[in-house]
Parts: sequence; C-alpha cells; structure tokens
Amino acid sequence: MIRNPKDLQRYTAEERANHWIVGICFILLALSGLAFFHPAFYPLTQLFGGGVWARILHPIIGWLMMIGFVVMYFRFKALNRMEPADREWLDRVGEMMDGNDHNMPEQGKYNGGQKAMFWAMSVCMLLLFVSGIILWRAYFSFPVDVVRLGAVVHAAVAAIMIAMIFVHVYAALWVRGTVRAMVYGTVTRAWAKQHHRAWYRQVTGK
Amino acid sequence: MALQSLDIARRSATTTPAPGVRQTTEVAKLIDVSTCIGCKACQAACMEWNDIRDEVGINHGVYDNPIDLTAKSWTVMRFAEVEEKGKLEWLIRKDGCMHCADPGCLKACPAPGAIIQYANGIVDFHQENCIGCGYCITGCPFNIPRISQEDSKAYKCSLCSDRVAVGQAPACAKVCPTGAIQFGSKEQMKDYAAKRIVDLKSRGYDKAGLYDPAGVGGTHVMYVLHHADRPELYKGLPNDPSISPLVSLWKGFAKPLATVAMAAVALGSLFHYVMKGPNEVSKELEDELEKEDAK
Repeated sequence: MIRNPKDLQRYTAEERANHWIVGICFILLALSGLAFFHPAFYPLTQLFGGGVWARILHPIIGWLMMIGFVVMYFRFKALNRMEPADREWLDRVGEMMDGNDHNMPEQGKYNGGQKAMFWAMSVCMLLLFVSGIILWRAYFSFPVDVVRLGAVVHAAVAAIMIAMIFVHVYAALWVRGTVRAMVYGTVTRAWAKQHHRAWYRQVTGK
Repeated sequence: MALQSLDIARRSATTTPAPGVRQTTEVAKLIDVSTCIGCKACQAACMEWNDIRDEVGINHGVYDNPIDLTAKSWTVMRFAEVEEKGKLEWLIRKDGCMHCADPGCLKACPAPGAIIQYANGIVDFHQENCIGCGYCITGCPFNIPRISQEDSKAYKCSLCSDRVAVGQAPACAKVCPTGAIQFGSKEQMKDYAAKRIVDLKSRGYDKAGLYDPAGVGGTHVMYVLHHADRPELYKGLPNDPSISPLVSLWKGFAKPLATVAMAAVALGSLFHYVMKGPNEVSKELEDELEKEDAK
C-alpha cells in the first residue's frame, strides 16, 4: 500500500536490491578487512567464525561486491555525468554543510557531491579489486614487490572507502526523507523539489 | 610451535607486552660456507628432528634438491658455480630462515600470536594461530616462509626452538660432519667467525667476512662468506636486506593514522548532526504542494 500515490518513484525494486547486495557485501568486507588492518579490530574475525574463515570469506565476498558494483555502475553512470551546475554545487558545498541549502544551484537526480562520490567509489572499487586479486594467495601468485604494493594500495584505498561510506550513510540519514528512497523506492514531492528540483520538474512535468 | 614461554620479546599483531620476565642469552647459528661440503646431512637432520617428509620431487639437473624451500623443507642447500680469478668456485649455501632481529614476517602478520620472537632471538611460527593469509611472505626480505598446500599454514625453520629451549643445539648444527654449522651465543659465534675470517684472509680471500646484515637489525643465523663484499654470488643472498619500505608504510605509522582518520569521519558526522541538526524538507514547500493538490 502506497502511503501517498503522489509520491515519486526514485528507485526501482531491482535498483534497490542491487544497492543492498553491494551494501551488505561492503559491510562484511569492512568488518573482516579491518580485522586484518589493525590488531585492535582482530576480534571482528569472530563474526565470521574466526581468523581463518575471515581470510577465506573476505575475497569471495569481494568478488560478489565487485559483480554487484559493476552492474550498479552501468545502471547509474549516465545519471552521474558531471555538469557545470555540479561544479558550482561542489564549490558551494560549505553552505550545504552548514544546513543552509536554499540558495544551492538546482540539481538533477544527483547533486555534485553524489556524483563525485559515485566516481570516487568507482575508482576505489577498481583499485580494491585489482589489489585484492594480487593479495589472494590461495589462488594467485605475483612477484613479492607487486604483492607489497598491492597490500599498501588495498589498505589505503579501503580506509578511504570506509570513510567515504560513512559520509554516504550520514548524508542519507542527515537529509531527512532520503533513506526511504533506497528502502521502498519513493520520496515525497516536497523532498524532490527541495533537494533535486531539476529532477522534480523532469518527473512531474512542472 | 613451542611450549608456553616466559621469554617472549615480540608477538605478532599484539600491542601490549608479551610474557617476557625471563631473560635468555641471545643465540645464533653460524654457517661457515667455506667449510660446507654440501652433503645435505643438515637437510636430513631437519626432516628427522621435525618429523616432516617432503614429497619426493624430480631432479632438476642440478645438485639443489629439493629445488626450493617448501612448507615441508625448511632448509635447502643452494649450489652456485662461480668463476673467481680464473678458478671455479663451488659456493654452497644452506638457505633457511635468518631469524632477523627485526623480523619482517612478524611485522606484517595480522594474526595475534602467530609469530613469536623469543628473547634468545629465535623467530618462531605458531601455526595454530596462523590464518594462512601469507602476509609473512610479503614481509620477509629473504623469501623464506611457505604456505602449505595441505593446511594453508605458513611454515619455516624454527631454529629448533624446542631443542634450544632445553639446552640443545639445532638438529642441523648437531649433525654437520665438518663443523660448518656452529651454534652458541651470538657473541661466541661472532668470535668464532672472526677466527675463521682471519684464516680465510690468510689463504687469499681478502674479502672474507661475516654476514650479519644490519638492515634487519642483525640476524640469528649468520654466514661466514669468502666473498662477503658480494653476497649475491651465493645464489642471490641479498646484499643489504631490510624490510621493504612498502611493508613499513603498510604496517607502520599509516595504520594507526588511518584508524584515527576513519573514526574522525564517523565522529565528525555525529557531531555535525548534533550541532547543525537534520536537513529537513521545509514546511513551506510541503504546504505549497498541498495547496496545489487542493485546487
């Protein structure tokens, strides 16, 4: 039952399922990966059945995330093309952070910050995948210097990625009425008009 | 693998002190390459004491057998034929863990207690804590640890930590028929090496010297080399080994720094919410849309 038939459809069921497959994989990967990153996090391996299981499962979940992300990348890449209005939005992101978003430039389905995040995540995913393969000793064997570089890249990019996901999740929680878009697919018209006016006009024809 | 110990100097992936009330003498194994005859008694003794038998492999057309270290062969003799001053020299080096004072394997290991360094200098793998990630291989400057295909645990020479703990010399030193493998305190071994070097120099090897590389803080397996200026002659013994800067970066200051940075972003988000409040849809806009609907 739809609460209000005038709500706007932001994500289809397939898009939502795709996003959450990637999201769940990411959480599992972050927890198991942090366990190997610093001894303080090693107890997290218990969530996976111990250190050996965490080591076995981490790369397999990594594959799943990569496949899920590639599908998501092709779903959303056209919508994330950077435009001049996005650059202006990014230049004035301070105002947005300050909670004063009334004078921000009009945004389409995604704002400049979301687009920047999309591309940054795509680059991080690629780096994590390549360096992860290099580190996967159970199935691959690379020269030791390549593995050493891979280990640094994997750890550094993962740390950046975790920080970006914190921002991604926080942004969704901070901007009220956003989470429902990724949970059951719709947003209110007022939400769309306030945060993504160009998209609002496009879908409503107003 | 060893028994409960009170003389642990360092423990992998552990940020608090390990049990270390018992102080023991720093030990070392000295391998005098100039008196080694390549009989491989040390390889046989290693198999026997540790009670591990490697697969019978194939002959590669050289004396090296097996051709490389494996999870079941913790030491191998490496045979190098080099020409020096118009003469053939057969340089035979017993390869295996060097037991570095600053062990790259231990630094890289993410599993608490999988790698232990004892106060006597022995670096030992505790396979029951090993998770099989292979980071020790990444950390090692000498390419020593091997992951077993059978149980996915890392293995290498233990310097017979079980024998040393009860006052015995390692099996390889015990069995060496020419005395090319000596074992004792590190100081004694250095003194012994000094005598050997004097002898070698008197016989025309003016570059003879001790291999105890400072880049890894010194080692607890040392070599007497006739050509100490060119260790690479001995089947690629590294000239100036040290833990790769990439490993130091990965496992050094960057780790706590990144942990703090990630925590800062999470906490920053929370405080942003607390201080700026949520970004809500404006009432004005909602009312405006409602009015439109009413028309």
